[in-house]
Amino acid sequence: MLSYAIRRILSAIPTLFIIITLAFFMMRAAPGGPFDSQRKLPPQIEHNIEVAYNLDKPLFQQYLLYLGHISHGDFGPSYKNRNFTVTQLIAAGVPVSARLGFSAMAIALLVGVTLGAVAALNQNHAGDYGVMSVAMVGITIPTFVTAPLLTLIFGVYGITIWGLDLSLPVGGWNGGAARNVILPIFVLALPQIAIIARLVRGSVIEVLRSNYVRTARAKGLPDHVVMTRHVLQAALLPLVSYLGPAIAGIVTGSLVVEQIFGLPGIGRYFVQGALNRDYTLVMGVVIFYATFIILLNLVADILYRVLDPRVRFE
Amino acid sequence: MTLLRTSPQNAETMTEAVGVRGRSLWVDARRRLFRNKASVISMIVLGIITLMAIFAPLLSPYAYDYIDYSVISCSPDWWPDKTVMCNAGGAHIFGTDSVGRDLFVRVLYGARVSLAVGLVATLVSLLIGVAYGATAGFIGGRLDEVMMRFVDVLYSLPFIFFVIILMVVFDRNFILLFVAIGAVEWLTMARIVRGQTLSIKQKEFIEAARAGGVTRFNIIRRHIIPNVVGPVIVYVTLTIPSVILAESFLSFLGLGIQEPLTSWGVLISEGANKMETAPWMLVFPAVFMAVTLFCFNFIGDGLRDALDPKDR
Repeated sequence: MLSYAIRRILSAIPTLFIIITLAFFMMRAAPGGPFDSQRKLPPQIEHNIEVAYNLDKPLFQQYLLYLGHISHGDFGPSYKNRNFTVTQLIAAGVPVSARLGFSAMAIALLVGVTLGAVAALNQNHAGDYGVMSVAMVGITIPTFVTAPLLTLIFGVYGITIWGLDLSLPVGGWNGGAARNVILPIFVLALPQIAIIARLVRGSVIEVLRSNYVRTARAKGLPDHVVMTRHVLQAALLPLVSYLGPAIAGIVTGSLVVEQIFGLPGIGRYFVQGALNRDYTLVMGVVIFYATFIILLNLVADILYRVLDPRVRFE
Repeated sequence: MTLLRTSPQNAETMTEAVGVRGRSLWVDARRRLFRNKASVISMIVLGIITLMAIFAPLLSPYAYDYIDYSVISCSPDWWPDKTVMCNAGGAHIFGTDSVGRDLFVRVLYGARVSLAVGLVATLVSLLIGVAYGATAGFIGGRLDEVMMRFVDVLYSLPFIFFVIILMVVFDRNFILLFVAIGAVEWLTMARIVRGQTLSIKQKEFIEAARAGGVTRFNIIRRHIIPNVVGPVIVYVTLTIPSVILAESFLSFLGLGIQEPLTSWGVLISEGANKMETAPWMLVFPAVFMAVTLFCFNFIGDGLRDALDPKDR
């Protein structure tokens, strides 16, 4: 177990290394420097600035310095937000993005598993077809279509059912008020709900046909015990290996969702950094997200090994 | 020993015998595909959208970049909500955008870009993926291990971010967009082809063919390729929508196609900004895109069911 975990952690290091290297050299390939301005600086001052930021050193040495800085969590100054370092901007965005992402993940798991199990138990009946067509919609229609459409319905037109006002704000963070985050979280969760429902439906159907479930039934165990103890435990296992891609999907989705709803998360900094050619900010966010995704993939892999009794650690 | 040494004629008959079964698989697959209503309808709808995209200049009296300041953000005249600012008149059947360009022709030009990106980038991913996967799977051993480890490493990179960096650093280049998206999508293709090649290589009928003296080239041509093509076709149909999505995603963020050219992502992004006053600017491109994505997914599902020899 421990040796497996250590091996996996060690194998994540080269991946991270590749990401940082790629990011660094792509950033250097970009035209223009951080201190280019309309007015040409006197050569002496320019040289002093370059010395101060180590830009006068050979590229490879700069690369090593950058690695050193990153290992302390220092991504350098933002090119466009002059008074902030990239680390400060990321730190400001993390709470917003984390709240959105983890809530979306939790909802996706809860709703997705329920829908998938319901569909599997009603295989080839109305309930199954209903869930699967909703899932098809969730998978096919991208976040950047669902987000504006739902905002149009709930935000712009507003909906009132039985005197209950269901209208929601069209955007803004508002200190993280529940009214403001419902739509973004739902939009973020929707594609994942769909994929998880499909996955769970497939694996529950497979497990329901297995011999040990028939044995459990034959022993006279009540249905809900068979379902929770025997079926779900085995059927949810494939889900663990989907956690990694799910997280990557939510991170990508958050770029759009934060942009549309005007939420001050990391994704929004990233998109605006990309549009403003704020290279250091873009690189910093990419490295941050990459590390995050790789770490969570690692956790998901190890979790899978721990949960699946069939996998042995060599 | 004499049993194993078969005559060339014998080998020829074996190849032919299997060849007949191979053809019947395709006939069978086509019959099953055409029996799937969702797939057939999807193919028809997709065909119509493609034709409309190709003949876009003939379908509208307006050019895609013709700006008419007298009809800025005007609704089509059949729009149910009559409280909108202005009415563009009968010729603009989808209304106009925020600088008075005809939305119908722009949606069709968006379809051109989106479908072209979908096809070209998928082709790029197909070429790289099949070559890479087939090499790894067929040669196998140590090389296979190294090649697949490399794919694993790439897999764990958040690639869409690198496409974004590429677009930022190299200034939103049209060709680069095709290549970058294609280069992202080849990984799964390589895995599928490699897995398929590996498993087929060990099947009894390959062994039988080899024992029957069929040449290596004929084994690849008659046995391996027909069996790999199925999953590859299915995956191609599923890659096209994901490529269209990736392009629209970038365009939506302002990093893809640039003005005055357009794509569905650009149109949806403009529409999302204007949806409070001009919802038609969001609705039409969104519907076109959603319908296209649905069609590709239904066709992909239909093909998968039709080509899966297991549940014949």
